[in-house]
Amino acid sequence: MHFVVCLKQVPDTSEVRIDPITNTLMREGVPSIINPYDAHGLEEAIRLKAKVGGKVTIVSMGPPQAKEALKKAMSFGADRAILLSDRAFGGSDSLATAYIISSALQKIHETEPIDLVFAGKEAIDGDTAQTGPGIAQRLGFPQLTYAIRVKELTDTTVTVERKTESGRQVVQAQLPALLTVEKELNDLSYATLPNMMKAAAYEPEVWNFSSLPFDITQMGLKGSPTSVARIFAPPGRSGGEIMDGMKDPKGTAASIVQKIFQQNIIMVHPLSKGGKH
Amino acid sequence: MENFDVIIVGGGPAGLSAAISAANAGMKTVVIERGDYPGTKNVMGGILYTKATDMVVPEFWKEAPLERPIIEQRIAMLSGNEAIMAGYRDPAWGVEPYNAHSIMRVKFDRWLAEQAEKAGVMIITETLVEDLLYQNNNVVGVRTGRAEGDLGAKVVILAEGVNNFLAVKAGLAKPLKPASVAVTVKEIIALPKEKIEDRFCLEEGQGATIELYGDSTAGLMGVGFIYTNKDSISIGVGAILEPMIRNNWTPNDLLENLKAKPYVKRLLQGGETKEYLAHLIPEGGYHQVPKLHRQGVLVIGDTAMLMNSLNREGSNLAMISGKIAGEVAAQSIKSGDVSDQAMTVYETRLKDSFVLKDLHHYRHMASFFEDNPHLLKVYPKMLSKAAKMYLTADGVPKKARQKEIIKMAFEHRSIAGFVKDIYGAWRALL
Repeated sequence: MHFVVCLKQVPDTSEVRIDPITNTLMREGVPSIINPYDAHGLEEAIRLKAKVGGKVTIVSMGPPQAKEALKKAMSFGADRAILLSDRAFGGSDSLATAYIISSALQKIHETEPIDLVFAGKEAIDGDTAQTGPGIAQRLGFPQLTYAIRVKELTDTTVTVERKTESGRQVVQAQLPALLTVEKELNDLSYATLPNMMKAAAYEPEVWNFSSLPFDITQMGLKGSPTSVARIFAPPGRSGGEIMDGMKDPKGTAASIVQKIFQQNIIMVHPLSKGGKH
Repeated sequence: MENFDVIIVGGGPAGLSAAISAANAGMKTVVIERGDYPGTKNVMGGILYTKATDMVVPEFWKEAPLERPIIEQRIAMLSGNEAIMAGYRDPAWGVEPYNAHSIMRVKFDRWLAEQAEKAGVMIITETLVEDLLYQNNNVVGVRTGRAEGDLGAKVVILAEGVNNFLAVKAGLAKPLKPASVAVTVKEIIALPKEKIEDRFCLEEGQGATIELYGDSTAGLMGVGFIYTNKDSISIGVGAILEPMIRNNWTPNDLLENLKAKPYVKRLLQGGETKEYLAHLIPEGGYHQVPKLHRQGVLVIGDTAMLMNSLNREGSNLAMISGKIAGEVAAQSIKSGDVSDQAMTVYETRLKDSFVLKDLHHYRHMASFFEDNPHLLKVYPKMLSKAAKMYLTADGVPKKARQKEIIKMAFEHRSIAGFVKDIYGAWRALL
């Protein structure tokens, strides 16, 4: 089976700060990492390859430095890595990015038919969760989003458990399909030494604007209908309310319960028979 | 199991220099580094010497990430709020061929690793070497912490740094003792370029260093330092661990003590601390240099205790030891003899170079200061008193004042004491 993993190199957001005056990201000296959700997609692809055989191809879009993330990704046991990198791609929003990546996947699909595509549920630097679904839509692949478990993979179908706002759902799709994945999907493994060495010697392929019959009007700033108007740090949280529990414990407890229900922190389930609270 | 000619444990200046010289001699070479990339775990005061580095990467200054060429070296002896200063400045040090630069190891070591990769070295990161592999008591490779983690080699070079776990395991070195290791902490404090240049009287881009003795370490055997970077200042202090424990000092308290000194405070004023680093420094000296070789193994850099603290030299000794080790490994492999006997060439060449010559020259120094703890307490006080008496204009005739100074000096130390100190210093340092 042919597994494709879409992977993004992102700044380690735990180390990015926002300049309080200019409201711009202070990215200097911030290490780059593989988007954590994507890493779990890669892990699943590698595990499935070990189970059913086949090949894992990694695709990423970004500046030339993103090669580092691809080399690192290779160390987990992938077979091929392609970096889509061109000045013309710069400034693309999620719509344009989905166009560029899906075009690359289409080309890969023509020579080596793809069975299953993995994408992180979102990138930690933008949190849009749009690129994965955008790629599936353009390729005409069914998309199963927010996957937390791959329950079954047959020659023609994939069955996954997905997280929804109210619970879990088990869904099945025909292959080829695209999954966007949550971190719960699996635990990351350590790379073996032979794979580390293979990756150290590996040079990712770089595809640029002229590698494919791209439409220039669908990419970059001009091909992006959305733009980032402003970045700002959310205001700091105000301190919580502190109530004195020593003077009148019963009264304090009662007023806490009242506050909890007033602010809908806990709700009475509509099906319960108006239980006491 | 994949086989290499040379495996180098550790991606610091010693290990990377060894890798470059082994690869240049045609050896299939791998460096195994535990950090995310070479540099992330590496710490030093921050001065890189040109000559040794040039021998490893010719004309490195044209490309390497450097901070400032050092054109002035100052020494200050602190006594309470007082300070006595001396120094040397030569603007010629600011142009080729340079003498030294301030650097950031996280940037420089990464760059050096790229040069090694260009020379054909494979660099494996985030991987810990746990032990050497033996076959009939012969070292034949290393075992890493990763799955399928064994690697074969004809020669293993230990450049694991001051924490010499593998060298100890292999029976070459002894575990570190608190009396023969210094702990050094430093802060990198951001300041605008212009402020740095104004405060240290530098032309644009030039750098300066100050070594601080006496009360900079609260009388402990050690030294404080201030180095100028591009847009920050490194300030640090280090002292031998054992007396630090005995006197109940923490490294951080020592650093705060130094930062509060009037001579230092103004240099740092308004800066923002960006980084805090700490490191152990092998101060055992010549007598504690471990066994430098055995069949199939060479020991270099901090692991080999190659450190000349008096002249604040360490990275250059590390790089030269690495370069020689890489060459000796290649020669031995080519001649098909990696026995302990063949490896002695490494030690002989180190003894012929400044590396072991300097260590040998200062071989009595550690015990001299250890046996004479008063040196770091009495002399700074005496000298600043003398300077103050001499320089204070208070109507006392100079001849009388000179007599007073001599009298004061002998109150601090007897004639016999002076003779003993001078003889000791002469023996230890000259």
